[in-house]
Amino acid sequence: MPNATTIALIPLLPLAGFLLLGLFGQKLFKKSAGLIGTALLLAATILALYTAYEYFFVYGKVDGVYQKFVLLQLTWLEFYKGVSIDMGIIIDPISVMMLVVVTFISLMVHIYSLGYMKGEKRFSTYYSFLGLFTFSMLGLVLASNIFQMYIFWEGVGVSSFLLIGFYYDKPSAVAACKKAFIVTRFADLGFLIGILVLSYSAGTLDIGTLIQRLTSPESNVVKTATAYSFLGASALTWGAALVFIGGAGKSAMFPLHIWLPDAMEGPTPVSALIHAATMVVAGVYLVARLFPVFSITTPGVLEIVGWVGALSAILAAVIACTQTDIKRVLAYSTMSQIGFMMFALGVSKYGGEAGSGYTASMFHLFTHAMFKALLFLGAGAVIHYVHSNDIKDMGGLRKYLPITHITFLIACLAIAGIPPFAGFFSKEEILHAAYQNNMAVYWIALITSGLTAFYMFRLYFSIFWNKETPTFAKATAGKEGGFAMMLPLVLLGVGAAAAGFIPFGEFVSIDGKPLVSKINLVFSIAPVALGLTGIMAALWLYKKQNNRSARLAASLGGFYKAAYHKFYIDEIYLFITKKIIFNLIARPAAWFDRNVVDGLVNLTGTSIQAASEGIKKVQSGKVQQYAIYFLTGVIVLAALFIYIWK
Amino acid sequence: MNLLLLIGLPVLTALAVLLSRNKQQVKWISLLGSLAQLGLAIALLFAFRQERAANNTAQMLFEQHYKLFAALNINFHIGVDGISVAMVLLTSFVVMAGVLVSWNIEKMTKEFYFLLILLALGAYGFFISLDLFILFFFLEISVIPKYLLIGIWGSGRKEYSANKLALMLMGGSALILVGILGLYFTAGHSFDLLSLSKTNIPGNIQHIIFPFLFIGFGVFTALFPFHTWVPDGHSSAPTAGSMFLAGISMKLGGYGCLRVATYLLPEGAKEYANIIIILSAIAILYGAFATMMQKDLKYINAYSSVSHVGFSLLGIGMLTQTAITGALLQMVSHGLMTALFFAVIGMIYDRTHTRMVAEMGGLMKVMPFISTVFFIVGLCSLGLPGLSGFVAEITVFMGSWQVDDTFHRIATIIAAMSIVVTAVYILRAIGQTVMGPVKNENFLQLKDATWNEKWAAIILVAGIVAIGVAPGWLNNLLRPAAQVIMDRISGK
Repeated sequence: MPNATTIALIPLLPLAGFLLLGLFGQKLFKKSAGLIGTALLLAATILALYTAYEYFFVYGKVDGVYQKFVLLQLTWLEFYKGVSIDMGIIIDPISVMMLVVVTFISLMVHIYSLGYMKGEKRFSTYYSFLGLFTFSMLGLVLASNIFQMYIFWEGVGVSSFLLIGFYYDKPSAVAACKKAFIVTRFADLGFLIGILVLSYSAGTLDIGTLIQRLTSPESNVVKTATAYSFLGASALTWGAALVFIGGAGKSAMFPLHIWLPDAMEGPTPVSALIHAATMVVAGVYLVARLFPVFSITTPGVLEIVGWVGALSAILAAVIACTQTDIKRVLAYSTMSQIGFMMFALGVSKYGGEAGSGYTASMFHLFTHAMFKALLFLGAGAVIHYVHSNDIKDMGGLRKYLPITHITFLIACLAIAGIPPFAGFFSKEEILHAAYQNNMAVYWIALITSGLTAFYMFRLYFSIFWNKETPTFAKATAGKEGGFAMMLPLVLLGVGAAAAGFIPFGEFVSIDGKPLVSKINLVFSIAPVALGLTGIMAALWLYKKQNNRSARLAASLGGFYKAAYHKFYIDEIYLFITKKIIFNLIARPAAWFDRNVVDGLVNLTGTSIQAASEGIKKVQSGKVQQYAIYFLTGVIVLAALFIYIWK
Repeated sequence: MNLLLLIGLPVLTALAVLLSRNKQQVKWISLLGSLAQLGLAIALLFAFRQERAANNTAQMLFEQHYKLFAALNINFHIGVDGISVAMVLLTSFVVMAGVLVSWNIEKMTKEFYFLLILLALGAYGFFISLDLFILFFFLEISVIPKYLLIGIWGSGRKEYSANKLALMLMGGSALILVGILGLYFTAGHSFDLLSLSKTNIPGNIQHIIFPFLFIGFGVFTALFPFHTWVPDGHSSAPTAGSMFLAGISMKLGGYGCLRVATYLLPEGAKEYANIIIILSAIAILYGAFATMMQKDLKYINAYSSVSHVGFSLLGIGMLTQTAITGALLQMVSHGLMTALFFAVIGMIYDRTHTRMVAEMGGLMKVMPFISTVFFIVGLCSLGLPGLSGFVAEITVFMGSWQVDDTFHRIATIIAAMSIVVTAVYILRAIGQTVMGPVKNENFLQLKDATWNEKWAAIILVAGIVAIGVAPGWLNNLLRPAAQVIMDRISGK
């Protein structure tokens, strides 16, 4: 049995770091904050690795099947009988895998930041935010209750807000962090309502029970829930689709991806941690966590998941080919790779051989974390050296940044899917799963892998080759970062090169039974050949300074321009929010309140005043007038008595 | 525990303030008095829990009963259940913070503190009253100080605002009075809340009386469309005045809507529940949209209060135990949060002499403590987990979703949509004031919070976090009491 204390410590250690550094950091630990944070995370990483070892090799497997354990379940907030938010820990293959990924990548970022953020005025604040983020992400991964997941989900959102807006006096950073939070909040609204729908149908918030109740088609729960339909779809379909909207927002899927490229305003190590390796996979994890519901009860929604993933993958890849900001290229590449994971889930089925998409998706999540973190940290080293994000300012850097150069190349080969690097294995499995289930998605994926190789090597050649004499002044450029920055690069480089050899299907599959993945050489020819073509094209265009790329862009004309402007999706959003929501809803609402509702209140006041002004004149104090009133009264009363009552 | 202490202590403090000789004495007496009151409220919480743990299942605990006027059956009857304990606790937190924030009031210090304590006295008395006559008496005690606080120590169009607020609240009181008298004469000449709750009042009479009571109390708690005193009142009130108005006074109304109107007249509540739901759903979303356009920090919080209080009324209108618990959680949460928000706005205004969002920027650099608190309260307002707002809103949503017909579903979804709009206006406010470059050179000389301001903020933040991180204790306090109200509604 897993040990609840050990596992609970994994998220609690970063939390301790957050509280300690957040409350006392600026006063007590101005210098040592980085070391404290890193030490705590090192301990958490060791515990996570230990947990993974114990789970996968000691107690996890019973009769050849990996078991699911649910621990703790402390009641946090009870709503009504049987429905409460319980803080629990779920231990199954994907949560254990994620524990390792999150702690390891976070540790790398912690170490890297020791060098990268040195001399920063709010050094301890930075480390406390990192702790908060790691805590939230680990809590999300371990959540056994769907509302617990939502709680940490929001926690992840706010930590990313804080970290993107870390340079709070830069207007662009402020705008970016607001955008990230609001766009994901909009998606979270879907998640929230989805939870309400699903939990009401299932009568529980516990994920395990919820899945169990919603996936047995004969049960009354499912029957009543499917009988209730709204706009032609059953309650469960709505619930699952709404939950997916939440996942799509956090995972930057089209059309909710607009926050991700802007999120690069944060410090670069943060981009590596949040916007590449961990937070953005939360949506994938959510779908994977509820996968039985999606695949058994609402296959229609799962198909949408697949298409959204595939569309996002290719759209992002096209945009990435045109961007010149190194971090933006990587951001779009993240979106594209997350799209791979999403559609791998979308084409998967429940159980056995047909569930290979699920395993492939998780595998890709794992390898992607390695090479994407590496790419971002490498980009950080480049930016640190050049003091610019624009690839136009770079070139010929291979002589100055040898370690960065080699590790960056490994990462590029990995993401391009060239054997034997990590990305090759996971992407191959994804393509295979798509091939078996959905040919259209397979073709999209194939084209996207070619594009991936092209834009990654466009980046690589532009940074490290191209101009032989760098344009930046050598005097201002420092050395390649110190030991703290190089160590993570090397470690991640090893990971990106070798992680593919892990027999992933042995450990992670939807039903816990080992899945033997077969790499088919014939099948691999097409994607690898396409990848190599992409690399060759990039080599031809970008290795040396020439005007071929400009001519190519010119020949593509409008399409290139549209891709360069990210297909104007931001502008559409801007139109909707500024023109419609602000001017047509909010402004009239504010006006209506001040003028109509409050106007009525003031009208009541003034009309009472006016009435009293009128009545006031009656009390004039003149005896003659009172005599007339008196006389009139007597006459009227007398007349009434005489003519009416008699 | 003797509940008379809860009323006696403010009376003594008020007298001591009147007799004190200089400003220092006034301030320290008020501080000690409110500190003692805070201690008393916490002691009450523990005493209450102890009694419940010892299986004392009486509806009201620590009851006391004195005859005031036998001929008309008017009694001084007090007692507390979980709801009252929570409200007393809320009041003591806000009063404590309000006293601390007002430390530098120079103009007529003695009178200012006297009125603050008088207002608090009214609130304490109101929350523990079990007799409608004294309940109304305490409600009125709390109205007059507001008028003076705004009229004398206010800013901007203070006379207009003070008049508006006092007249609208008086109008609400008039409706309440009619409602109470209606109850008295139709239910056997009694003002006693507990005995009224056991009387069967004919349905058609309930239908007539209910609107009087609900709208009357609704005016206090900014029921749409009777909310327009809120923006004007808050924007003109001094800091502590705003804190008390939003943190305590609006809760008097919410408490009355539930305890008096809904609890005593369940048939009336059922009859008008849909209207309540429609009005509160409108208030939630429309208030949030209206907030988006505000430029003055106080107006932002005032409109946002209209939106947030809507959750309380929505929860009441849903008539399920969970939703009512959520409504109560929201009252406590919003009370703490909004008091803190006004406190922070006051601190910023004292330094920058502006409340206009557009004129600020980069305050984080100049006053990190105040800015961090601003951050926290903003995140609480937009319902971030770990802070109290989330707990309350989520409970309302869960409770609302239990009523499964399309009307209630749509109302819940409309209310839920506000979480996005709230995020927009909160982040806009935070982004323009706390973050960004420092716009005004003069701001660079400003100082961060003083000791009294720090403590005021810490007390309220502690309350918000205590509910947000471990909501169980408050939930367990409120839920059984909500169940009692629910039992009467469902006719058990």
